[in-house]
Amino acid sequence: MKLISEPYILLTITIGIYWLTKYLQNKTNSVFLNPILITIIAVIAILKAAGISYDTYHEAGKYIEFFLKPSIVALGVPLYLQISKIKKQVIPIVISQLVGAIVGIISGVLIAKWLGASNEVIISIAPKSVTTPLAIDISTSIGGIPSLTASMVVMVGIFGSVAGFKILQLFKVKNPMSKSLSMGTASHGLGTAQAMAISQRFGAYSSMGLILNGLFTALFTPIILALLGFI
Amino acid sequence: MIRQLFLILVCLALGEMVVYFTGIKIPSSIIGMLLLTAGLHFKIIKLKWIQGIADFLLDNMVFFFIPPGIAIMCYLDLISKEWIPILASVIGSTVLVLISTSFTHQVLRKTRSKKPNTDKK
Repeated sequence: MKLISEPYILLTITIGIYWLTKYLQNKTNSVFLNPILITIIAVIAILKAAGISYDTYHEAGKYIEFFLKPSIVALGVPLYLQISKIKKQVIPIVISQLVGAIVGIISGVLIAKWLGASNEVIISIAPKSVTTPLAIDISTSIGGIPSLTASMVVMVGIFGSVAGFKILQLFKVKNPMSKSLSMGTASHGLGTAQAMAISQRFGAYSSMGLILNGLFTALFTPIILALLGFI
Repeated sequence: MIRQLFLILVCLALGEMVVYFTGIKIPSSIIGMLLLTAGLHFKIIKLKWIQGIADFLLDNMVFFFIPPGIAIMCYLDLISKEWIPILASVIGSTVLVLISTSFTHQVLRKTRSKKPNTDKK
């Protein structure tokens, strides 16, 4: 067993890189110093260079990942604090989520198809906008490859969290609820985490997007893929 | 702190139990989130009982996604075979979802209420 594969050392490396990029990002305000993107790339590069498998890394990473589910439960707090505002907006929220779910499924599979993806990749990409456990369930039920779906969910999450708010700014979306809601719709937990980094109010709206798009995507994916003739 | 941790874990454990007994296709963490919201709303749980741990968890949420992100290294071979359609679909579709959802919500909101942006700080 190499010294570097000890969990405490891997944890120190992971947390150290994250802290350093976060510190540098705050200092420089650079778009490229995104802590999550840099940390993932840097740790993968270190693991590959040292010949450490993901299974070995997971012995360390599981201690960080342990907090993931409790942190999603904790979203119940901002959701509770914003419940009266959400109630007033039920119809716009639900309709926008329907639109987002349908656009997400259709655009995901059609872009992949136009660029010549194989049928199994097309099917696996359909539920990419929703949270991992749900996406894997949907993928399995329509005959996709669950591990491929899981990796696309992560890619969508990273892209959304890194670029989401900038894209919304580019398209001049001003309303805070519209912005944060669509972050949860488009890039699930990671988009919500990014919204949460702005404020708890943003996090609450984003959670609504995460939940509703999850439900709608689960309902519509099999129907839309059948209508488009992929399954 | 122990009571705070306990209350969060109770919600999560109840979520796991709901999934186990009903076979419902919703992640246990999302059920736990809704149970916590309900618990607070119906005054079963007091906000101050969990505020500290909730702030810690929520402030660091992005960080907790690092290990699942690193798991992508397991699928690099699978992705690299068709990386162009995969990357284009991930980026293109995410942009379209962001724009279509936010525009729909923003437009419906403005036509429904006379005063837009009332929830600005």
